[in-house]
Amino acid sequence: MSFECGVFHTRYESDMGLRPRPAQRIRLGAFAVFVLAFPFFASTYWLDLANQVAIATVGAIGLNILVGYTGQISLGQGAFMAVGAYAAGLFTLNLGLPWGASIALACVLTAAAGTFFGLPSLRLKGLYLAIATLAAQEIAEWAMTHWTAVTGGTEAIVLPSPALFGIRLNTAFNFYWLAVLAAAGTALFAANLFRTRAGRAFVAVRDQDIAASVIGVNVFRTKLLAFATSSFFAGLAGALIAYYRTIITWERFTLETSIVYLAMIIVGGLGSIRGSFFGAALITLLPAMIANLGRAVQETAPAVAGLLPHAQQAVFGIVIILFLVFEPKGLSKLWGNVKDYFHVWPFAYRRE
Amino acid sequence: MDIFLQLTVSGLSTGMVYALAAAGFVVIYKASDVINFAQGDLLLLGTYLVFFAVAQVGMPWGVGVPATIALAVAVALAIERLVLRPLVGEPVISMIMVTIGLSSILRGAVNAIWGPAPRSFDSFLPEGDIAVGPAVLSAGRLLSIPIALAVLAALWLFFRHARDGIAMRAIADDQQAALSMGISIPRVFGVAWALAAASAAIGGIMLGDIVGVSPNVASIGLRVFPVVILGGLDSIRGAVAGGAVIGLLEVYTGGYVGHGLSLIVPYAVLILVLMVRPYGLFGKEIIERV
Repeated sequence: MSFECGVFHTRYESDMGLRPRPAQRIRLGAFAVFVLAFPFFASTYWLDLANQVAIATVGAIGLNILVGYTGQISLGQGAFMAVGAYAAGLFTLNLGLPWGASIALACVLTAAAGTFFGLPSLRLKGLYLAIATLAAQEIAEWAMTHWTAVTGGTEAIVLPSPALFGIRLNTAFNFYWLAVLAAAGTALFAANLFRTRAGRAFVAVRDQDIAASVIGVNVFRTKLLAFATSSFFAGLAGALIAYYRTIITWERFTLETSIVYLAMIIVGGLGSIRGSFFGAALITLLPAMIANLGRAVQETAPAVAGLLPHAQQAVFGIVIILFLVFEPKGLSKLWGNVKDYFHVWPFAYRRE
Repeated sequence: MDIFLQLTVSGLSTGMVYALAAAGFVVIYKASDVINFAQGDLLLLGTYLVFFAVAQVGMPWGVGVPATIALAVAVALAIERLVLRPLVGEPVISMIMVTIGLSSILRGAVNAIWGPAPRSFDSFLPEGDIAVGPAVLSAGRLLSIPIALAVLAALWLFFRHARDGIAMRAIADDQQAALSMGISIPRVFGVAWALAAASAAIGGIMLGDIVGVSPNVASIGLRVFPVVILGGLDSIRGAVAGGAVIGLLEVYTGGYVGHGLSLIVPYAVLILVLMVRPYGLFGKEIIERV
């Protein structure tokens, strides 16, 4: 929390606000205007990407609650998203629930599943927990492809597209509003979560679990709560993907998915909500940027263009490593640096 | 009975490839506490490098295999120097992610250079079958078992008797004490990565010979985790035992039970071991408990 000249709070409420300074509120307002205006001048291609970013933001914030804020490494994000997606789809198809109710139920079910998979954290820490969640992810993948009675196996499940107030959300433009609402709601929830006792307990467990238990935090319950909260949002992201694509296939929820989400929060910044958004945006847009680059150089250098689709995976790895080596705190820190620079601009204090 | 024999041979030969990959993982973990998610991709690299050396350049096997190992070692040394060294002392999550990033780069590079289509080369292991009673066993698979065991035994002897091996054990035991005794930690980390790459390259060469050259080779990387957890994260003997057990379990479930259960049996074992005996069969009984 940085201070600013000329800003005086006369009430505690305004001092404790999420955005106590005018500059923050102006930035947030400008961003909100951009988000609201975006679909009216963006093409379907960009709208589709924006939807993917919004959904990925939900999932990344969820994972960041667990990994970044509570320090429990999970390679099971893909599995949790799968639970959300399949549950949301199957509640509608088999029980005839409206899509909103299915999504809500799916989130709750995923939270329960997450709590169950969080049980190993009772005994395991760090590396061992990561390997345990890896096993859970593999078992979930097997269940998706082999438990044909429920998941339809390798066949895809086709869903009806959701409708709101009689408007079918079957286009990127219509779905955009739902996705953005979900992302904004998740961000707001997470931002407030870490101002409550439960959220502070998450951070305490991450930083020093023994000290946390000494000051009265029930470490095990806190970890389970973190797993539940995190997988609630993983489930939401999965359910949104299911309804956005109106088709559920297991390929969307593999170990690759877990790794991509981990990459988002690493690149964005562990333990940062805006970082989750930055990371989700960068990692989601990266393949699109490489594809565009490929089209751009198609004429001039066809050899390079032919190589680019394969290079995509390598670039993904390079981005992760560059961030880990040069800016472990991620895009969130870089953005913070930019803000800090302009905070005192043009009177920057320089050490030469 | 003949099916049992065939499954056993096939399970053991797969298991020994797992053990080679796992031994590399163990060496790196033991020396530098890095959890290497790119172990499978080092195998992949070995497979494609030997394909390049033997099938594309046309080297004879006697030259191609050492050349492959040398190249793999060079890549591993570069990885250690450029990527791992700046991250010494970072938290577990960074280590996991950095090796995942490496795995992605290696896989992408292999795909970019050789393409995703499966390839093949002329086998160097004998191709025929050997009839043992009623069972028909693949000679190549049979022969791969002693080769792998010899490599693993060499690794084990290295840890026991070689100067760098003992230095590695000293570092694993107490880094500061080792440092004050004049052991060069960067050197030892480099040796660890070189050994891991060499053992993975040999595993990759054998895998390319038995199963064929394809990007799927990298999927072995994930099988390393059940193996090392079962055997114990810091034990070469454990890697051999774990590899054998996991390899056999896989083919037996595949052969007798089916339903694709062989895909998850290793992970079920993994969770069981983590719950009951997290340090594995041969591991040191120190584990971070909550």
